[in-house]
Amino acid sequence: MDYSAAQSGFRQQHNMRLRNSSVDGPDGGQLFDDTSAAGPANQGVYRNQQAGPQAAGPPGQSFLSDPMSNLAMVYGSSLATQGREMVDKNLDRFIPISKLKYYFAVDTVYVGKKLGILVFPYMHKNWEVSYQQDTPVAPRFDVNAPDLYIPTMAFITYILVAGLALGTQNRFSPELLGVQASSALVWLIMEVLAVLLSLYLVTVNTDLTTIDLVAFSGYKYVGMIIGIIAGLLFGRLAYYLSMLWFCGAIFVFMIRTLRLKLLSEAAAEGKLVRGTRNQLRMYLTMSIAAAQPVFMYWLTYHLIR
Amino acid sequence: MAFTLYTLIQTAILCINAIAVLHEERFLSKMGWGADQGVGGFGDDPGVKAQILNLIRSVRTVMRGGVVVNSGGYRVLQLLGERICDNASWCI
Repeated sequence: MDYSAAQSGFRQQHNMRLRNSSVDGPDGGQLFDDTSAAGPANQGVYRNQQAGPQAAGPPGQSFLSDPMSNLAMVYGSSLATQGREMVDKNLDRFIPISKLKYYFAVDTVYVGKKLGILVFPYMHKNWEVSYQQDTPVAPRFDVNAPDLYIPTMAFITYILVAGLALGTQNRFSPELLGVQASSALVWLIMEVLAVLLSLYLVTVNTDLTTIDLVAFSGYKYVGMIIGIIAGLLFGRLAYYLSMLWFCGAIFVFMIRTLRLKLLSEAAAEGKLVRGTRNQLRMYLTMSIAAAQPVFMYWLTYHLIR
Repeated sequence: MAFTLYTLIQTAILCINAIAVLHEERFLSKMGWGADQGVGGFGDDPGVKAQILNLIRSVRTVMRGGVVVNSGGYRVLQLLGERICDNASWCI
């Protein structure tokens, strides 16, 4: 339900933006912006294109010179702007869009490297997130920063692959896709809530936000997808082997990532620090990491028969 | 296991209700979990037990206004949910 509200808010924003830009067009008598200031060599080509919209100009201008329709257009554009501002303001109260944009600032190189680390985290040496004046650097510039693009795509792909797996066993029906989606979503929400609760109980001072936790919980879907596909293509043995590999990989990945965020400085570097609080933190890190393989197995075993 | 969002909401309401009905005098103090027994150290780390007691106390304070569940409210919610889940073939 959160997703649909966010999506309809986004679509409304997009529609208003489209309407606004199309209304702003006829101000200069041309329907399109003239971007032909490239050079003398291109102007011959572009002059033809300019003649086109301008031929459409005069008949359009007779429509626009009517003061009533002009007034209506200006009023409509101001309404659209007002509506868009209101939607922006209200939507920002529930879903921090500017913060979300940070998590989707990825590029292909980052996605490739991150997938490589998820599959094989044993060679990666430096796990620290680099900061830029107290704010974390965008994922485009730092491989260790969490993003939401991979988890979202992996989640959707997991639902599709689950539908595929059910189809090969003749158990598929379109409602099952919705059931799978809501079930996996609920497990994700419960896992994030459990981690938040345990972080509160152990009073860890970290800069892990909720969205970071959602991102970390979403990384296991990559392994689940590859496990299901291997099981579909090559049988149960391949499924078990690939799940074993990815459970180990996600375990190491989570421990190495969370160690830097949850534990104190000294303990993160590997020195043994005594005290119940550090022990609690270590147990917390281990249990969060150990819960990932459990979830991976739980959400996929019923798909491979 | 087919979990739906509706069962999640149900679970959350039932859990909060379970915490809200813990009685202070009769039960929590007897077990050494009273509201005044947790705030011991004002040092840097409150400890897990103090955090749990804080959590219980805050849930009870918030739910003091409306114990929706123990009235007929929960039954109404359940009937409503069943009706929604029956009419639609999906149940998100």
